[in-house]
Amino acid sequence: MASISAAIPALPRKYHAASIWALYVIGLCPAAWYFYQAATGGLGFNPVKEFEHLIGIWALRLIIATLAITPLRDLFGINWVRYRRALGLLAFYYVLMHFSVYLLLDLQLNFAAVGGDIARRPYITIGFAALLCLIPLAVTSNNWSIRKMGQGWIRLHKLIYLIAIGGAIHYVLAVKSVTSGPFAHIALIGILVAYRLIRRPLLNWKRGRRQPAQLAR
Amino acid sequence: MPAYRPPHISPSEITPKDIYLSRRSFIGAAAAAGFGLAAGGEAWAAPLSAAPGPYKLNEKLTPKEAVTTYNNFYEFGVNKEDPSQNSGAFKPTPWSVKVEGMVGKPKEFGLDEILKMKLEDRTYRMRCVEGWSMVIPWIGFPLSAILDQVEPLGSAKYVAFETVVRPEEMPGQGGLFQPLPWPYIEGLRMDEARHPLTILAVGLYGETLPNQNGAPIRLVVPWKYGFKSIKSIVKIKLVEEQPQTTWKNSNAREYGFYSNVNPAVDHPRWSQATEQRIGEGGFFGTKRVDTLPFNGYANEVASLYSGMDLKANY
Repeated sequence: MASISAAIPALPRKYHAASIWALYVIGLCPAAWYFYQAATGGLGFNPVKEFEHLIGIWALRLIIATLAITPLRDLFGINWVRYRRALGLLAFYYVLMHFSVYLLLDLQLNFAAVGGDIARRPYITIGFAALLCLIPLAVTSNNWSIRKMGQGWIRLHKLIYLIAIGGAIHYVLAVKSVTSGPFAHIALIGILVAYRLIRRPLLNWKRGRRQPAQLAR
Repeated sequence: MPAYRPPHISPSEITPKDIYLSRRSFIGAAAAAGFGLAAGGEAWAAPLSAAPGPYKLNEKLTPKEAVTTYNNFYEFGVNKEDPSQNSGAFKPTPWSVKVEGMVGKPKEFGLDEILKMKLEDRTYRMRCVEGWSMVIPWIGFPLSAILDQVEPLGSAKYVAFETVVRPEEMPGQGGLFQPLPWPYIEGLRMDEARHPLTILAVGLYGETLPNQNGAPIRLVVPWKYGFKSIKSIVKIKLVEEQPQTTWKNSNAREYGFYSNVNPAVDHPRWSQATEQRIGEGGFFGTKRVDTLPFNGYANEVASLYSGMDLKANY
């Protein structure tokens, strides 16, 4: 497995900061591109719904990416932890955009309708709850909070598993039938969350296997 | 069955003066359409002429491009643009529709015979269960015209419909993750089927139906959610019991047999109080309008359901 990490050339340390900023820029490209398309008639005859859905799907993809960081390191030795904060914040921005499009362009600030939807439509209730849960994570994503909160920070940020599951349920309930597209996203979230359940025993087992080899040396 | 009285229409309304004055070109176009079809089935988007129908609708038509590129027709894929992009290989000619079951004279109608029916312009609102709507100028004829020809038996209480199955021409019917079982099936109660608003459409915007809109013949029931208006019909069967329907089979809690447009009965997952008019307003300023009971056709059809609990019979 170490061979996989060796196959990917390590990025020199001096480029780390620049690569993170590049990720922010690249990450916002889909939103900018879809917005341009929607505004110029490139997204068909229901551009609001189309834009809303595309932004939502990208939010899920970014959440999937943040969840993939740990298994990539555990199983393949690829350490991309430095990108996790950017991916998480990008996911938050996309969820915020997704909700803003729904509020401003879809329901056009009809707050009674928005309130009714949140109260009565389970998929919107769940989606909105996930958005609310993302706020404390985004607010405490800075280094100062991480230092200040210590173990509490780690516990708080476990919320992302709940948010990811909520996002998957929101997606399943919003589509008329689960076809290959939704299935792929939901399956990935399921696998990545389930991985957390087997992670400890798996790592212990791996460590156990390494031990005898070290003794022999 | 309640008696239905069509609204009284003055003769001057039946044929607008401009059409009357251009009747020679109209006849010419009709003849050309006939020749076009006789020449071969390949040239399908043929002009189709029709007499003005009995229903007037003073609402802005949805642009033709929207009507023909924003579609739900899962046989060609689940995305709105799929039907227009993936239906090129579909062959709507030759075609025939079997009408059978509890009838005195079962019959198979060829497409040429269908197109010789007395065609009318029928501009109807179309409300999708997903919360969007269009205004579409259909060309068609009352379903009752075909039912009359096969002489329904007294025991026939419902009409069942079936869409064609051709995985080789309809990409959505092949591959993994099929969204629905095929064939797509639908049904109406006999009085709904015989209602003068219920038509079999063979065209829209003055031409034969594009593949993505259900070529060559489809049902249009304007007071029901769009999925009731089954497309590319190959079989119509008169039956005694309420027939199975595709969406009810797939999720009975969310989609009922009746599926009448009703702003007071929400879909379990979303509101049906308002609808978005496709093709109007664009990205900034979507046009939302209130959804009307029976999609605005309450005067014509509400009596069909008098005494029925519409919340229980959604």
